Amino acid sequence: MAAKPRVGFFSFTGCEGCQLVVISMAEKLLDLLGAVEVVNFREASSFKSDEYDVAVVEGSISTVKEIEELMEVRRRAKVLIAIGACAHIGGINCIKNFNNQYEIKREVYKDKATHFDSILAQPVDAIVKVDYYSRGCPPNRDGEEFLEIVTAILQGKKPYIPNYPVCIQCKSKGNVCVFHKEKPITCLGPVTRAGCLAPCPSFGNACIGCRGLVDDPNLNAHEETLKEAGLTVQEILKFYRLMNGMMEVGK
Amino acid sequence: MTRDIDINIHHVARVEGHGNIVIDVKNGELKKVELQIVEAPRFFEAMLKGRRFPEAPQITSRICGICSVGHTAASLRAIEDALGIEPSEQTLLLRKAILEAEMLQSHVLHYYFLVAPDLFKVPSVIPMAATHPEEIKRALRMKKLADDIITVVGGRHPHPISMVVDGFTRIPTETELRDLIARLKGTLEKDVPPTLDLFASLKFPAFERKTDYVGLKHSEEYAYYDGVIFSTETGETKHRDYKNKVKEEVVLHSTAKHARGPFKPYMVGALARFNINSDKLMPEAKKAAKKLGLAAPNYNPYMISVAQVVESVHNIERMIHLFEELLRRGLKDESADRQTIAGWSAKLPEVKKCWGVGAVEVPRGVLFHEYRINEGLIVWANCIIPTGQNLANIEDDMRALVPTILDKPKEEIALLLEMLVRAYDPCISCSVHMLKVDFV
Repeated sequence: MAAKPRVGFFSFTGCEGCQLVVISMAEKLLDLLGAVEVVNFREASSFKSDEYDVAVVEGSISTVKEIEELMEVRRRAKVLIAIGACAHIGGINCIKNFNNQYEIKREVYKDKATHFDSILAQPVDAIVKVDYYSRGCPPNRDGEEFLEIVTAILQGKKPYIPNYPVCIQCKSKGNVCVFHKEKPITCLGPVTRAGCLAPCPSFGNACIGCRGLVDDPNLNAHEETLKEAGLTVQEILKFYRLMNGMMEVGK
Repeated sequence: MTRDIDINIHHVARVEGHGNIVIDVKNGELKKVELQIVEAPRFFEAMLKGRRFPEAPQITSRICGICSVGHTAASLRAIEDALGIEPSEQTLLLRKAILEAEMLQSHVLHYYFLVAPDLFKVPSVIPMAATHPEEIKRALRMKKLADDIITVVGGRHPHPISMVVDGFTRIPTETELRDLIARLKGTLEKDVPPTLDLFASLKFPAFERKTDYVGLKHSEEYAYYDGVIFSTETGETKHRDYKNKVKEEVVLHSTAKHARGPFKPYMVGALARFNINSDKLMPEAKKAAKKLGLAAPNYNPYMISVAQVVESVHNIERMIHLFEELLRRGLKDESADRQTIAGWSAKLPEVKKCWGVGAVEVPRGVLFHEYRINEGLIVWANCIIPTGQNLANIEDDMRALVPTILDKPKEEIALLLEMLVRAYDPCISCSVHMLKVDFV
């Protein structure tokens, strides 16, 4: 890679919170700015360039036009990092995939429905090859993990991403399991990939699976646990589909 | 004047989301003014259908990274309005504080990172890191403080974790709040004065167009979390009657629907709030307004950024006040006496057919969420976003502005238009959430 790699940020369907997290990294970001050249960051800059080494892509892909744009980004980039749950696993945008697409367009735009370009929401790797993933909604540990991934890439190392469930990190923080609270909450921690340091259960709420699943999750045992806690099969599916709707089509 | 000018700014930079400006002048006559919204449709209202009602804050928080706390708050207010839940005083104080923090982080980001580059005549904040290092470090410090407050109260920024129906799943500790008070006081003392000096020295374009200013209004405070809908033209509207003031329409050049008042476009956001509520500002914020030459009513949309500077001083003072009040009362875990329903609580309370509306101020203006709930599930939802409300007003501003600047070079016209759009701080990914519309 070039001595000072050129980095571009590209935003597709999402809330742009990932870019916000990157901007929020404050002083650490200023250090990183010494090591790279930012050539495309629309939310923060009006300067644009088509030449870049690293493309950071946020958002899921949900229009035909976005497919074309993403393919162009991939062609120009040596390394592509998908940041955030929308880019990584499709995220919250995929909830709409379980509705009738024509009906939801009709409902919003009435007789002008066909005018607007919208397809099923997909993660970035459904369209192009992704080299690295910075997981989470929002990217975890206030963007620290993203910074670690970029630093590793710049140093030619492989970033470390845990392959064990959130429960391990949650327990090591000494949290009472949310399933066992006085008012029990159900949780996707047992099947979700760790690395976030379990902020949601640490703040008394459920893990909603924003980092995607671990390799070989024990889905059967988890289903039993959720049923014991009182959820119906319908509700379990709904819970998984909050962030991981695309899992059901083979991820 | 018989000039032809054709301006097409693709993907306006330094705004949140994707938008284009299109201006067409033929023989000196303005033919076309459009702020095209090209963000991909999101369909949030459709996503909410069939979901458990306490999930709505978590889902709608993802409408927008920059005002995720505001969406969470509006969502909770709509649910609690529907269920008839009145949260505790402690919950209200914490929610008000986290909303002030979000306002601060968004405003600092906007006026330092997105607006200041125009005034320093550089393309972005990145070269400013070399040319104006003190300003950038100060902005990052102020933003970091706001982010940290959101993290202490809500668990994370963006997309808060602990804000749930009728309470919080975690309450901050007294030590955390004392620490934040000390940092807020330090910011008020050290970082606010140079910020005011800087913005007092910057020149904003002169342009005035009186419009209808709309925002929440409250008898005791500068309204963010609570209040009636107020219009400087048509007066008060109760929150549940918001549709009397707001109606959305589909325009083909925008995936975000335009919202209009009953008679004409209106403005929401920092300047609208200032024009409605400036007498309720905290003392230092009042002084700041004076120093920056901002007095209500002000009809210059470029001054929205200045109103944001004033509001951010107010935000800091208010948070000190709210945290001190929380410490005075003593923080307690109320989950035993309260319902505190998280999105995936194992047991959902039985909820019959009901509906509710939540209205809160978020950085760019007043935000509405409306839900119909049946048997614990959301059956219908409507969210009306500040930027959607401002779009028609921005186009009216452009229509009034362009004829007055036709003698300027094309680049300057383009810059003035971009600056106008940026002044509104449009949050486009937010406004393109795909509303359900009622054609009246």
